[in-house]
Amino acid sequence: MSKNSSYWQMDEIRIVAGAMVILGFATGLLVLAPYLLLKDVEPPKGLKPYTAEQLLGRGQYIANGCIYCHSQQPRDASLAPDAKRGWGRAPVAGDYVYDSPHLMGTMRTGPDLFNIGARQPSKDWQLGHLYQPRAYTPGSIMPSYPYLFEVKKASEVKEGDEVINLPPAFAKKDEVVVAKPEALQLVNYLLSLDHTYPVKTLE
Amino acid sequence: MEFTTALLLATFVLSVGALFIFIWSMSQGLFGDGGTAAQEIFNTNEMGSTDDPSATKTQQEGLQKAVGFTDSSKPESNDEIEARIEADKSSSLVVGICLTLSVMWLVLASIAGLISSIKLHSPDWLVQYGWLTFGRIRPIHLNLVAYGWCSLSGIGVALWLIPRLLKTKLVGANYAIVGGAIWSIGVFLGAVAIATGNSAGLEWLEFPWQISMLLVIAGGLVGFPLWLTLLKRKVDHLYVSVWYIAAGLLWFPALYLIANIPGLHFGVQQATMNWWFGHNVLGLWFTPLALAASYYFIPKVIGEPIYSYNLSLVGFWSLAFFYAQVGGHHLIGGPVPTWLITISIVQSVMMLIPVIAVAVNQHMTVIKNFRALYYSPTLRFIVLGMIMYTAASVQGSMEALRSVNAITHFTHYTVAHAHLGLYAFYSMVMFGAIYFIMPRVMNWEWPYPKLISLHFWLALIGFATYFIFLSIGGWLQGLAMLDAAKPFMESVAITLPYLEARSIGGGLMTLGHLVFGFHFFAMGWKRGPTRLGATLFADTPFLLNLQKKFTKHV
Repeated sequence: MSKNSSYWQMDEIRIVAGAMVILGFATGLLVLAPYLLLKDVEPPKGLKPYTAEQLLGRGQYIANGCIYCHSQQPRDASLAPDAKRGWGRAPVAGDYVYDSPHLMGTMRTGPDLFNIGARQPSKDWQLGHLYQPRAYTPGSIMPSYPYLFEVKKASEVKEGDEVINLPPAFAKKDEVVVAKPEALQLVNYLLSLDHTYPVKTLE
Repeated sequence: MEFTTALLLATFVLSVGALFIFIWSMSQGLFGDGGTAAQEIFNTNEMGSTDDPSATKTQQEGLQKAVGFTDSSKPESNDEIEARIEADKSSSLVVGICLTLSVMWLVLASIAGLISSIKLHSPDWLVQYGWLTFGRIRPIHLNLVAYGWCSLSGIGVALWLIPRLLKTKLVGANYAIVGGAIWSIGVFLGAVAIATGNSAGLEWLEFPWQISMLLVIAGGLVGFPLWLTLLKRKVDHLYVSVWYIAAGLLWFPALYLIANIPGLHFGVQQATMNWWFGHNVLGLWFTPLALAASYYFIPKVIGEPIYSYNLSLVGFWSLAFFYAQVGGHHLIGGPVPTWLITISIVQSVMMLIPVIAVAVNQHMTVIKNFRALYYSPTLRFIVLGMIMYTAASVQGSMEALRSVNAITHFTHYTVAHAHLGLYAFYSMVMFGAIYFIMPRVMNWEWPYPKLISLHFWLALIGFATYFIFLSIGGWLQGLAMLDAAKPFMESVAITLPYLEARSIGGGLMTLGHLVFGFHFFAMGWKRGPTRLGATLFADTPFLLNLQKKFTKHV
């Protein structure tokens, strides 16, 4: 052991104490302070909680990793022309009150989806687009999701099956594409993404 | 004055103040006596002798010539050498296990990464099964890299360094063996959870919390040998590598535990927590492990202590202080309190201090002995890694500036930057360290030295292709997105050739890892030309005898 016998002079104590104090300080700033500041934030009047079906769809959004290509946080006009693209106003903390886990995202390989429900409210379009994005958006690099659908003979369609209407060039001859519950849930969630209601901002 | 501005100013003053206090206290010797601590990694009379077990005999001679000859009139003490062999032996099993697991994860992770990369320009490829969809295979790649390859290789290297740095046998290696096993089980279960659609949904925190707790426990367990060995240390001063390892082993379990507490985090607060974690896992877990390794291996290979020991401690404390708060820069422009983001931007720029401290310190040691790079495979990987550390850090500080961030945020540019950090810096350092360590662990030479070169060039050329093209593509993507006159689809179309080039780069990197993996396991099965066994420590009869004695025990 070192010639310095006092505890305070031991490197071990310095490392452990220093490392923990520094981490504690950062955690206070980045985790605890936001927690205290945001825990009482009220949801805006226009924002509704998710329904059970929408929450299932949100689960599909997470399970299939939509966040790796889509953000849910339009930027302010001072930073980017997001509003001009129809993605909506800059969000406030209250917009995310019902979101756990948060799905703000870090990539825009595809467009922002904060207001996709308002921008593209057609269920048919959403389902068909999930089945084959390139049938609707030429040049899209979004994956197709055939595993969320079933391809059946037209004669096998049961009552209650959600048959999707593909553009003629992509439709199959004797077969139809039927959405599985997962696809329906996901679309339900996407259509719920509508944050066009007004909010109070600080200014 | 507004609250925000006041807070910003306060942080800045506090940060600079804290830094000056550190520098002052160091000049007062409160952090230990610098000069002697820097020499702590050498035995008596060892300085001046080069050491690289991954080098061939010719390379070793060239290496020694490159840094100058040793004074053979003052030989190293046989007792000290024997003690070092004993120290190496005490860690060899646990290190071998951790490194073997890490290499297996590396190969799997690379394949997952390559598949993800190809999917971005061939979106109808492998779409039939859910587990192969881009949104699952990409986080599988990230988690296998971060928690499989990077963490386990870092743990393995740290456990090997501990007995060497404390000059005694590793105590409690079994805790770390159990820890490494639990860790790997956790990584496996976590990957399965993502593949089956059970991700927790947060980037870098995809593992469901129940599985994450396995990593918290394992992270605690792999730290045990350090604390137990510290009690028995035979050195007066703790070398800076020990500082980094000890802090890292404390930080990771704490970070991962707080981040995974179920039911606590929500909405925007969860987003700030997400990036507090996402950046701290890089800065307070991976970076310390790689810096610990580079601070040991660079001077060890060259046979000369680092340029300035005090500077290395400035680097340590300023890294800890500034890095811990940079996470908010991931949320620039988001619905997050402005003061929080501003603090993070300031600290991101302040990160230049530890980075310059490390850069000056290590590169000054290397630059005098530049020809050594030509002969030492270990040094080639590690020095390249450390150059890339400087590059990645400076780039990171720039990306945190609002003006740059407006372009690069949400684009592939960030992905390229992430690979500059975790691949070109971290993984390169780990490759170099593993090439040095494994001959001591296995008591066997690398069977095919040419494969080390092949691995190096595949990794370097593959990475350069990956990084250059993806950075350009990402930048153009960002510019296109900012141009309101251009439809969004133009920002997609413009990236396509660059995404394809990235797949080529990624393919070369993966190929390099297959070569590395093959070589690693060839050594594991003691393939290749039969020699005496271990790489020689030196050619004296005493050592040959010692080595024979040692080989029998293995």
